[in-house]
Amino acid sequence: MMSDLVVEIGDYPVRLSADDPGLLERLRARYAEFITDTPSAAPFHFPIQVVPHRMSGTEAVRVTCSDGRWQFERDMFHAEWFPKSGRGSIRQVGDYPNSIDTALRILHTLLLAPRGGFLLHASSAVRNGSAFVFSGVSGVGKTTISRLAPPDVTLLTDEMSYILPRGNGYQAFGTPFAGDLGRSGANVSAPLKEINMLAQGSTNKRELLSTSKAAAALLRNILFFAEEPEYVRLVFEAACRAASSIPVYRLTFVPTAEVWEMIS
Amino acid sequence: MNDIYIARSSAVAARALEEEMVVMSMRDSTLFTLNEAGAEIWRAADGRTPLSKIVRERICAKFETEPDAAYADAETFCRQLTECGVLLLSEQPIESGG
Repeated sequence: MMSDLVVEIGDYPVRLSADDPGLLERLRARYAEFITDTPSAAPFHFPIQVVPHRMSGTEAVRVTCSDGRWQFERDMFHAEWFPKSGRGSIRQVGDYPNSIDTALRILHTLLLAPRGGFLLHASSAVRNGSAFVFSGVSGVGKTTISRLAPPDVTLLTDEMSYILPRGNGYQAFGTPFAGDLGRSGANVSAPLKEINMLAQGSTNKRELLSTSKAAAALLRNILFFAEEPEYVRLVFEAACRAASSIPVYRLTFVPTAEVWEMIS
Repeated sequence: MNDIYIARSSAVAARALEEEMVVMSMRDSTLFTLNEAGAEIWRAADGRTPLSKIVRERICAKFETEPDAAYADAETFCRQLTECGVLLLSEQPIESGG
């Protein structure tokens, strides 16, 4: 018999159903902060089926859309989603949540794009009521800067930031998508004050990027898989709009706690 | 000198940001940032206006550059963007973006 739970990230609830108690237990542990009994809207629904064999031969994620049906594929899972009905399904190898994590990330990129929002390879945190984002490629220091955060800082994620237009600005939301820190962010949100593109160096310094450089930097770090021109255009527009309205800095930092003196 | 005509490819997304123009190829997501002069040429690339006229009216008039040198630079710039698939270039007027 299937049991389920509802995971709400940003303002999108997703109902995950499975008949495998071990899998559900792991999902409850992974998404604990983001599980809700009172979703803000009717959830998208994804029954999960565990299958014994690999789905395809490739480790690369493939996201395609045809006749109103999105498909997300990788060697260990296959998911489909029908935006019109809000229903989908996930078939995956093994009873671990990693494939579901990937499917959720892809789903949210598709949901955010038409609203001008995006998932950014970035850690983010709330301090004094404002959100600060730290973006860059793997190894540049997203997790490091999260580890160095002082006690008054609330971590939203050390891996994948969730950014959505809100009013005249942007809002950053916590996500359960964890990086090397290995723990979920807090399920809170705050108005986004600035984005920092990280680089490690011998001194702490910040430099405001021009709008075009900021857009280019954002586009390099936005998570997106779909190749449909309509969606690529939406992501491009979202990055340009964000670069025009959020201050984007290049933050060169020494990996010590002093870097947080520049973040307030 | 044979004049050339240039048109923006339809397989791009472009947006003016301050004085610059950010252009992304929809084919491979390659990103180009055009400076102020490049942005002027990009905006004027309607497929009907010869490059010599674009350079004369949009570049030389605005940036006070010598016409022959400006044209040579503009042609090189256009050929580079054409190789990257974001601009169309022809010795005849171009009907519509490809």
